Amino acid sequence: MSRLPVGGLIDRARPLAFTFDGTLYRGHEGDTLASALLANDVRLVGRSFKYHRPRGIFSAGVEEPNALVELRSGARREPNSRATVAELYDGLEAASQNRWPSLDHDLLSINGLLSPFLGAGFYYKTFMWPAALWEKFYEPVIRRAAGLGRAADEADPDHYEKLTTFCDVLIIGAGPAGLMAALAAGRAGARVILADEDFLPGGRLNAEALEVDGMAGAAFAARLRAELDSLPNVRVMTRTTVFGVYDAGTYGALERVADHLPTPGPFQPRQRLWRIVATRAVLAAGATERPIVFGGNDRPGVMLAGAVRAYANRFGVATGTSTVVFATNDDAWRGAFEAQRAGARVTTIVDVRREVAPALTREAGALGIRTLLDGRITGTKGKLLTHVDVIANGRRERFATETLAVSGGWSPSVHLTCHHGGKPVWNEALAAFVPGTCPPGLEVAGAAAGTFSLGGALREGRTLGAKAAADVGHTSPMIEAPKAQDTPGAATAFWHVAESVGPAFVDLQNDVTAKDVSIAHREGFRSVEHLKRYTTLGMATDQGRTSNVTGLAIMASLTGQGIAETGTTIFRPPYTPVSLGALAGHHRGKDFRPVRLTPTHEWARAQGAVFIETGAWLRAQYFPRPGEKDWLESVSREVTAVRAAVGLIDVSTFGKIDLQGPDVGAFLDRVYINGFAQLGVGKARYGVMLREDGMVMDDGTTARLSPEHYVMTTTTVNAAKVYQHLEFCLQVLWPELDVTIASVSDQWAQIALAGPRARDVLARIVDAGVDVSNEGLPFMGAIEGAVMGGVPARLFRLSFSGELGYEIAVPARHGAALADALMTAGAAFGITPYGIEALGVLRIEKGHVSGNELTGQTTAGDLGMGRMASTKKDYIGRVMAARPGLTDPDRPSFIGFRPVDPAQRLRAGAHFLTPGAVASVENDEGYMSSVAYSPHLGHWIGLGFLKNGPSRIGERVRAYDPVRGNDFEVEVCSPGFIDPEGERLRG
Amino acid sequence: MRYSFLSLLTNGLTGQKGWKPAWRDAAPKPAYDVIIVGGGGHGLATAYYLARVHGIRNVAVIEKGTIGSGNAGRNTTIIRSNYLLPGNEPFYEWSMKLWEGLEQELNYNAMVSQRGILNLYHSDAQRDAYARRGNAMRLNGADSELLDREGVRAMYPFLDFDNARFPIQGGLMQRRAGTARHDAVVWGYARGADRLGVDIIQNCEVTGFIREGEAITGVETTRGAIRAKKVGLAVAGSTSRVAAQAGLTRLPIESHVLQAFVSEGLKPMVDGVITFGAGHFYISQSDKGGLVFGGDIDGYNSYAQRGNLPVVEDVAEGGMALMPRIGRLRLLRMWGGIMDMSMDGSPIIDHTPIPGLYLNAGWCYGGFKATPASGWCFAHLLAKDEPHKVGAAFRLDRFRTGHLIDEKGVGAQPNLH
Amino acid sequence: MRIPCPYCGARDAHEFAYLGDATLTRPDPAAPDAEGRFFDYVYQRTNPAGAHEEWWYHAQGCRQWVKVARDTRTHAIGGATLARDGAATSGDPA
Repeated sequence: MSRLPVGGLIDRARPLAFTFDGTLYRGHEGDTLASALLANDVRLVGRSFKYHRPRGIFSAGVEEPNALVELRSGARREPNSRATVAELYDGLEAASQNRWPSLDHDLLSINGLLSPFLGAGFYYKTFMWPAALWEKFYEPVIRRAAGLGRAADEADPDHYEKLTTFCDVLIIGAGPAGLMAALAAGRAGARVILADEDFLPGGRLNAEALEVDGMAGAAFAARLRAELDSLPNVRVMTRTTVFGVYDAGTYGALERVADHLPTPGPFQPRQRLWRIVATRAVLAAGATERPIVFGGNDRPGVMLAGAVRAYANRFGVATGTSTVVFATNDDAWRGAFEAQRAGARVTTIVDVRREVAPALTREAGALGIRTLLDGRITGTKGKLLTHVDVIANGRRERFATETLAVSGGWSPSVHLTCHHGGKPVWNEALAAFVPGTCPPGLEVAGAAAGTFSLGGALREGRTLGAKAAADVGHTSPMIEAPKAQDTPGAATAFWHVAESVGPAFVDLQNDVTAKDVSIAHREGFRSVEHLKRYTTLGMATDQGRTSNVTGLAIMASLTGQGIAETGTTIFRPPYTPVSLGALAGHHRGKDFRPVRLTPTHEWARAQGAVFIETGAWLRAQYFPRPGEKDWLESVSREVTAVRAAVGLIDVSTFGKIDLQGPDVGAFLDRVYINGFAQLGVGKARYGVMLREDGMVMDDGTTARLSPEHYVMTTTTVNAAKVYQHLEFCLQVLWPELDVTIASVSDQWAQIALAGPRARDVLARIVDAGVDVSNEGLPFMGAIEGAVMGGVPARLFRLSFSGELGYEIAVPARHGAALADALMTAGAAFGITPYGIEALGVLRIEKGHVSGNELTGQTTAGDLGMGRMASTKKDYIGRVMAARPGLTDPDRPSFIGFRPVDPAQRLRAGAHFLTPGAVASVENDEGYMSSVAYSPHLGHWIGLGFLKNGPSRIGERVRAYDPVRGNDFEVEVCSPGFIDPEGERLRG
Repeated sequence: MRYSFLSLLTNGLTGQKGWKPAWRDAAPKPAYDVIIVGGGGHGLATAYYLARVHGIRNVAVIEKGTIGSGNAGRNTTIIRSNYLLPGNEPFYEWSMKLWEGLEQELNYNAMVSQRGILNLYHSDAQRDAYARRGNAMRLNGADSELLDREGVRAMYPFLDFDNARFPIQGGLMQRRAGTARHDAVVWGYARGADRLGVDIIQNCEVTGFIREGEAITGVETTRGAIRAKKVGLAVAGSTSRVAAQAGLTRLPIESHVLQAFVSEGLKPMVDGVITFGAGHFYISQSDKGGLVFGGDIDGYNSYAQRGNLPVVEDVAEGGMALMPRIGRLRLLRMWGGIMDMSMDGSPIIDHTPIPGLYLNAGWCYGGFKATPASGWCFAHLLAKDEPHKVGAAFRLDRFRTGHLIDEKGVGAQPNLH
Repeated sequence: MRIPCPYCGARDAHEFAYLGDATLTRPDPAAPDAEGRFFDYVYQRTNPAGAHEEWWYHAQGCRQWVKVARDTRTHAIGGATLARDGAATSGDPA
């Protein structure tokens, strides 16, 4: 065991059991999976992406490139989980990934032997011979070898939720700067949210042993947290990562609500997506330590120095039986001293600098640590690290060590500052990129801003927290900044050991080496973007946190340009990867989108309806009866019942728009191609409206109920679009018109009653005095009256089916009662509920256009409605509809079709060709848009668009449908298959 | 230098030290026969075909940043020719055919991978609309198949067949469709064009146009004036900005942001490309293992190369509705590209009203798949001053004449295309 | 993005439907060159990189058309007015 006997912020009284690759281990509450594995001396945890080299835990945070595991199992399997941030819980299961047959013996590690051939750009230069082998052989092999973990095979069983919240000041990161910012803003009275990705606030205060105000950093962090918790205007959100900065102060954040539990509790989501709208934000995300590139720098046992320090201080774990430190900066020395004091055995510090502060070497000496200045690690040995090779002052040495703690300095975590396109700026003195232009309202404090001393971070956090609060109107006296170490350690920029032996990795996860960077340089891929894309540097799940800066520093040295001139890639969301489940929330399965139900839904269910999704709606498709063998038989019965007797269908899904005011008639004249101003009170008229580009937008009937009151219907699918369009016309185009409109689609239930006995049925439900006779309510009449004993209703004599037809609208809550009343009243006449399939058959038999024809690509002329267009007025779309492309007589136009062989089933989507013509696009003459089996005619019928269609009635064309294997002749005919003179509907 | 087994072997044994730059980082000459503005896939392909097909080798491609740094490197890498309208389908099918021979021609592995694209349908009306499209593809000599629900299930059993808000009824399959490695397409064309003598000039931004009378005879750039007999713009995303410098201040184009997404790397789970129209979602998996997916454009004019959360959420919702097993997978990277959204959703390859200035623009979110044919047709136009027959419908004046190519039927509203 | 709806206050942009350029005026249909003017109105855009006046419709709110001044490079919103009465609100909090 490498667990130190004392120390750390783990709860030694609470042991937790977990497994890794099936072996049982023990850790403690407060551990991460990584700290618990290290405490159990598990050093080999993964295999690299390309060469399948053995890899160990490298870091103690989100920057981890190596220690990726499959967490949990079965439907909850989470591939690519960073062991370094996975909070340990009792029963945790983890497995290594991207290895076969086992982690210890991975056959694909043979790739490592091939590495001289597999450098950057290898794939682009090969696998081309012969061409046919790419999809069949090369690519499948590559795909199987690539990838990391495995996705779960089953649906994610957990729940997610999404919430929006608002605050004055959002503080991102609860390290020293963030805690102080939250305290300053909170005490000033601002509404504050402090979000931290860790489960324990404190950041580096927990990982380091520096004192604040005379107390241990961790204790100071706990004290501040307690005070923040006591402020009612401050909300501390742990396990919450702010992953993106969006417009107008909207921040995306992910809260891991139950990832530290075996499974979420009852009614508990696994994770929660937060949209935090903040007037001000302080980014206090700290910094990420950079490694140094040298030969064999990827062996398990090579770790970031700050991680070694964190494991010792926070988790009470020595990462190995002995530790060598390889550093460029004072901070790594301090870390080494702390680790040594905590009980991790640090033997040697190798520093690239020729000189360091004498106090450091003195303290090292006092702690028994050997120091080697002007030193470099040139190579490493062991499958798990056993030895390191050092060159110092020109002398070469080999030491035995289990841990090599590396520090190349620190990179401020500037990620979120880039989310609006701001570029980080290279600071030569700090040898680091610091924030450039930040998103509006966001300022940066502490190490994220390049303020690397603890005292400085505390002070800067306080100042920016107070400033943010003041910006939103909460001022208060400046609070005292706590006292702490106040001088940033000295550091030098050093990237790559030139004397390296063996592969020297820049990007550990994607196996990008210094040599790959030089290949990219040699082949001209020298810009940062080209380097990244050609070598895959920085493209792995760690998003290049430990590799970007070193990679481009090495490129800069090859080109001879400075780092500032070489530039940097900017960071985009997400800060760390975000689960898709959280981004989706509860929008999955049946809840993916809302379902709209008609007012008669339950009534239809009671009638045995089969329902079908039509856009947002669930509608009755047909009403099967016992003994019917398929849907066609049921639908044909419904159609026949309407033609022979009477049927009813809920048409409430149509858009319904109420228009009132003295100018409604003039307004309608401008939005419909045909005239409405002269429409008589009590009359309805079919209208067609165009888009301004001249194509048909929608159709429907509009009725005039009183001189200044009209009601419009739209198609179901276009209800919202038409309403929006009308509002645009009224508010933007013609504000001078005195018209007010309201959508009343949901307020009115509407049922169509159709068939020769429709009037008989209707007459039985209207209240006394409501005249529905052919004279009282003639075809295209519209009256208001009462039904079912005092229920207000609108009665329209309309027909979509070609039969005597009415539409009866009542307040939505009476919809089901209306259906019942009609069924009762119609029982004597054989009334039959019909669904949208029968509705479709009836309209196709009658030759009406519908959604299949109103494609947005058809003109009024195409639809055979050119003559409806008024020439006496202007209307939306009139001018553009006159363009040659829209008036070309060769445009396919609306017409009917019947099969030459009546046994043939027509299919919509078939294209029309002249018989004998080659099947090619040049000979394409149009297509079938709608088909139905007509029980009335006893064969299939179709509607469609055909070049010069109306002049070709009687001609035969070929209906070509190769995707369904059909190719036969059809006869062009009038689209009115039934009652073309319209006698039935006027009767 | 040519890539071969021998060159790979030699370099493998000699520390990879023998490679040469894939293309010369050229400095501008005073004058060229043709200048292509824009070093994306389309511009480089145009230069390549000008040199190879038309023998016009005194050509410069000028790029304000580095080649491939615009939409060529910011797309979801899909190649397909499953278009409906006669103005589009012959062009995209020609592009598909060029893709099929591209790597051998360029001696560069662009990982053109024909693993198929499946467009799901959820209703009889959608099925019939896809049948119409599939039949149109067949009439153009492309491949298409209409699959029923069981056909889809056999191919992708993990889709949500049992509990979906919009149940899957089937799909339109194009097996020859697939993906290609977008950056490699850029580099391959650059290398091919360079070998034929084309100058690729990076970090060279157009700041103005040189005119003689009405005609344009060159460009002013951050690297000096460069003259040319003809100047072709291939700067989708920035078309309005660059064209305005030439005096074309109004075009049938709006700039919109489209976001795209990649997950962490995973073992193979999605073989081809799947599109889920009811959910505004499409997905494929790269050879490296990342799920590559996207959805709708953000829907407002933007030059910001970044989008907002509502579309991110909308796309994730579509993904979870289609494939509920992806809930615990993580979104790794997202980015926004600026699309030239044209007013009918289809591109423009045409002369402009200004002599000497030619336009390749309006690719909406579909430019990547068009790269080879776009280059082919634009090169043809530049070389012969007449449109190539497969791109002849992409005229600039079609908005005036009404010969629109509106695949979606949503009219002159770019954010709906 | 948040749209400062003059009627409802600042609301997330997803509540709105976007139409585009709000500097266009529907031409006089009776003008002699109406077809050319309508072509320009329906299809031609200046598409600026920078200040842009644009129409947003508060579909999930007050159903008002709102003219928004927004920078297309930064998405920063300068202000908004109702189409109908010109009442203005200021944009993003500065």
